[in-house]
Amino acid sequence: MSKSPLIEVKNLKQYFPIKTGLFKTEMLKAVDDVSFYINEGETLGLVGESGCGKTTVGRTLLRLYEPTAGEVLYEGTPVTDKNIFSMRKKMQMVFQDPYSSLDPRMTVEDIIGEPLDVHKLYSGKGERRDKILHLMELVGLNAEHATRYAHEFSGGQRQRIGIARALAVDPKFIVCDEPVSALDVSIQAQVINMFEELQEKLGVAYLFIAHDLLVVHHISKRIAVMYMGKIVETGTADDVNYNSIHPYTCSLMSAVPIPDPDFIRGRQRIVLEGDVPSPLHMPSGCPFRTRCKHACEKCAEAMPPLTDRGNGHMVACWVK
Amino acid sequence: MEKEYLLSVQDLHTSFFTDSGEVHAVNGVSFNLDPGEILGIVGESGSGKSVTAYSIMQILESTGKVVGGKILYKGDDLTKWSSKKLDKFRGKCVSIIFQDPMTSLNPVFTIGNQIEEAIKLHTDKKGKEASDRAAELLSLVGITDPEKRLRQYPYELSGGMRQRVMIAMALACEPDILIADEPTTALDVTIQAQILELIQELQKKIGMAVILVTHDLGVIAELCDNIIVMYGGRICERGTAREIFYNPKHEYTKGLLKSIPNVNNMKEKLIPIAGTPINILNLPKGCAFCARCENCMKICLDQVPVELSINENHKASCWMNVKEVFEAEGGKK
Repeated sequence: MSKSPLIEVKNLKQYFPIKTGLFKTEMLKAVDDVSFYINEGETLGLVGESGCGKTTVGRTLLRLYEPTAGEVLYEGTPVTDKNIFSMRKKMQMVFQDPYSSLDPRMTVEDIIGEPLDVHKLYSGKGERRDKILHLMELVGLNAEHATRYAHEFSGGQRQRIGIARALAVDPKFIVCDEPVSALDVSIQAQVINMFEELQEKLGVAYLFIAHDLLVVHHISKRIAVMYMGKIVETGTADDVNYNSIHPYTCSLMSAVPIPDPDFIRGRQRIVLEGDVPSPLHMPSGCPFRTRCKHACEKCAEAMPPLTDRGNGHMVACWVK
Repeated sequence: MEKEYLLSVQDLHTSFFTDSGEVHAVNGVSFNLDPGEILGIVGESGSGKSVTAYSIMQILESTGKVVGGKILYKGDDLTKWSSKKLDKFRGKCVSIIFQDPMTSLNPVFTIGNQIEEAIKLHTDKKGKEASDRAAELLSLVGITDPEKRLRQYPYELSGGMRQRVMIAMALACEPDILIADEPTTALDVTIQAQILELIQELQKKIGMAVILVTHDLGVIAELCDNIIVMYGGRICERGTAREIFYNPKHEYTKGLLKSIPNVNNMKEKLIPIAGTPINILNLPKGCAFCARCENCMKICLDQVPVELSINENHKASCWMNVKEVFEAEGGKK
């Protein structure tokens, strides 16, 4: 490819030290050697079960955590401690919980205006106000809401405030960490549509982290599936959903509750045995082998690399 | 004589008495449950679905009260029962599993202790007999090495495992009805699949009736024979799963089905329901959904819609289905 992707993540590792005894500390490998890229104006969906490290990937990307190893490149420039302040003008985040991610003592105007203040993106009070009102309009909030406090809004509206705050610095890339999972079903569609419309209008790229596979499939162009800190399969949304290859992805897809009685009752579900192993005692080789029907000797020896199965559909499995 | 149902809820009204006044959480809900039936109650927060379930169990918070209607268990109105009689009823005739398996187990007692408690309370099994039964229940819900698990504390188990323990507790006395209040919402998809499979299997094996309360239409589609859709404390539509999903007749159900991603609308834009969820502190005079309904008519603002039979397996409460009203209002369809 001639042009470098907007975001490129190379061999990212994020280990957390966990005290397991009085003098003993073990490393919890939350993210273990993860690489992916996101093109301009594109959405990459990141799915996986709780504890698989998907949120940590998002946070490490924005240096909310200092990565243990690996690199994040923005348009080819490495994101480091030194340039993170200016990088955050280009990369932003929307959080899962619209109740705890907004300061209850700030008005909507101040919440959305804070990034503008931090990065000094206006020349006078009038311009600040204009920018805030423009952002509010962009996410579908009324101008008269500007002087209200977060608690006066419903979950969906709060999430809109959070999105307006992320958009304030005019970023090219937003990490969306489970942005709709705290919302009521009837509100989710409003917010999903808004994400899509904003992308069309502003050309912003998303890393869309969620556990609801139908939502992720709907919004994403490409999807990456994580299991215990590793990406096990990635490809176009349709490939990952309809032609899944990795046994974990297959069982994940077959377990998604689909709101269509005839379809779902005719479906063969692959129910996985057992639970996710403790991340402190990761199985050797492929982390999924303890629950995998196809596991063989080789799986215990080494982690399979991601190999291309055509059309950029990458799968990490020795057997399939 | 009228048919005697296993459970018959008739015109149930439940209110909470708070500082800001009486909150009408459930406003006239009626339904019947047959033995072995899986009934789904679906709705968003504030729809009254959980309060309906808690009313049946009579485990409402102290501010909540059933203010009208009857709940007949095998023909006997349990809202009039003494608390002593209710103690015998809960767990033995009807049990409930809650959404959050993390907080519904007592952290200071072992798993064995908590399962045996239910067994000792409702049967004359004691000591070894009770713990044998507890171990048997754990293997029934698919937990390996039950003897070891009985000695463990909740914190030693994973989320899916804890939900299995909750189910084992609920099944301890082989109740006629199992109420599952969002049983899988806190769990991951693959664990959710295990739990749903388990509920289905047990329902077939033991033949109990299940009331599944959830907001997840996918879970409902998978498991339920009959479905009740609730909004603003009222039932807006009820029917068999196929009728509700393929022939919805209430504007809320229609909107809900269009607003969720599904296998066949991946490339299309979702059509959201406008507005915000209902504030039950401030219920409208007419149809609860009128403020968000695209086809709202004058009558909808003033009068609560009557429940109309669409066919023998399907009823909906929407004025749009009442032909005379619809035409008189000059509505467009």
